Amino acid sequence: MTAEEILNLLVEQFGKERIAGANLEAIDPWVEVSPDAIADVARFLKTDERTQFDHLNNLCGVDYCEPDEKKQKKFGHEPHIEVVYHLTSYNLKHKITVKVVLARWKDGQVGSLPEVPTVSGVWKIADWHEREAFDLVGINFVGHPNLVRILCAEDWVGHPLRKDYEFPLEYHGIRGK
Amino acid sequence: MSVTVEDPRIVEFDVRTDEMLVNMGPQHPSTHGVLRLLLRTDGEIIHEVTPHLGYLHRCAEKIGENLSPVQWIPYTDRMDYLAGMNMNLGMSLAVEKLVGMEVPEKAMVLRVLIAELNRIASHLVGMGAYGLDLGTFSPFLYAFREREIILDLFEEVCGARLTYSYLTIGGATHDLPTSIPIPPGLASLTGRRQDEQVSWLDAVTMFLNWLEPRIKEYHTLLTRNHIFIKRTAGLGIMDREMAIDYGCTGPVLRGSGVDFDLRRDGDPIYTRMYDGYSFDVQFAPFKDAPREAVLGDNWCRFFVRMMEVVQSIRLVRQAIEKYPAAKGEYRVPFKMSTKLPKDEVYLETECPRGAMGFYFVGNDQAEPLRARAKSSCFCNLSPTAPLCEGFLLADIPAIVGSLDIVMGEIDR
Repeated sequence: MTAEEILNLLVEQFGKERIAGANLEAIDPWVEVSPDAIADVARFLKTDERTQFDHLNNLCGVDYCEPDEKKQKKFGHEPHIEVVYHLTSYNLKHKITVKVVLARWKDGQVGSLPEVPTVSGVWKIADWHEREAFDLVGINFVGHPNLVRILCAEDWVGHPLRKDYEFPLEYHGIRGK
Repeated sequence: MSVTVEDPRIVEFDVRTDEMLVNMGPQHPSTHGVLRLLLRTDGEIIHEVTPHLGYLHRCAEKIGENLSPVQWIPYTDRMDYLAGMNMNLGMSLAVEKLVGMEVPEKAMVLRVLIAELNRIASHLVGMGAYGLDLGTFSPFLYAFREREIILDLFEEVCGARLTYSYLTIGGATHDLPTSIPIPPGLASLTGRRQDEQVSWLDAVTMFLNWLEPRIKEYHTLLTRNHIFIKRTAGLGIMDREMAIDYGCTGPVLRGSGVDFDLRRDGDPIYTRMYDGYSFDVQFAPFKDAPREAVLGDNWCRFFVRMMEVVQSIRLVRQAIEKYPAAKGEYRVPFKMSTKLPKDEVYLETECPRGAMGFYFVGNDQAEPLRARAKSSCFCNLSPTAPLCEGFLLADIPAIVGSLDIVMGEIDR
């Protein structure tokens, strides 16, 4: 299926409100899904006969933010966080990119992580990918069985791939600068 | 235990062997680097496995956000350091796709030649190290003897032996050298004079002619060895569904019986490099497998790698034939300050260990907004816990080793 057919199928299945947008002209065409629908959409994309997206290539978070005020004009994006899912089907040999757009902080409170439902029940590999996204980008995957840091140390503070992350000057007596 | 028994001999039957927590790694030689497996064991039997990663974490993705893609290439070498060329290639292709760059034919042939040669070297280490995991030392020495020659040849090409940064955006940094002093290892193996000058392509052909008959010897030494089969066949079985569900790629996926290779089924910008080459995708089940082997077990995963070496030799031979007549330059220039367009691209290439993905988000600046490296070993390692549970402690090196992981790539 082409990206356009997949988009039409999703809109027909879930309605315009839950399929928030799409860009079919991009190099990798993507479909934007509202955060509350992502678990259902993921399960549908995996199990439906017409899509059969059995392989989750990649799951990652992207922080759209420019902490430097001088560069904000050129930046051109509203501050937000995206969770990006790249899917492939081994049987039908087609692919699609699914995105979820979140606020950088939940309810605008700095420090409380934005929430999105987990898809680790749909693809097993999402378990580790979501742990990594939680660890590095700071996204709370609600319903994840074991959401703990995977690459950074357990007592690490902050989420390094956030654009406004401040590098620690000291960690257990090890000087950072 | 507070049970009181009258006959002291009965105590023996009442004793419960308690579970024990064992840390395997991070300095354990058979965990291929700094992987720590936290094991809950009952005697020799594994009840629970918890892999702990991150000992080599450098946050290469954060570094990538602050550098232009050309500057980030040396960091990709240090991810999968056994297949630096393939990592350079994957990253370069992703950026080329993002900026819409065309690469000349000569550069494409050169890339196939170099990438497949590196695949041979990488699989040889995979074979040797797996032998070490299972307690046999000699295959490791043979594998390193062969790999040494490939590294010598790469040294003549780009000056580096491990972290090449050779394939770059737009092609490669240099053209292949014409005349080189014959690598000492190759000279002594083929009985030539040490100071002889040969052309680089001839040296590769000489090496392949020497290597090809040796593959059969490795099969008698390791693959068909009775002890090796006992240690690997029927263990660590991963069926098709499980392999796909856990996102496994590369030899691990093909060992579970999925006929999928990105060199044939991948993105057009990648597959067109392999247009006009003939090679077969190797996947389980194999006709000549031993009776004990089951689809998706350790033995199948190992055998896929061995068969891929043969296919890579075929590909390199074809590339050598094509190279002198290939049109165009070995590269097109790419400026370090080239602005990445406001778009994003995700591209996977077939690295020796699986599908390595690079994801770039451009924002009209030379530095990407997001540079992501999706590691193949990261996904291949994720089914460790279900694969190892219920087996013996001594089988863990056999199972983890068959996944052929490189921690530098997992932790990034």
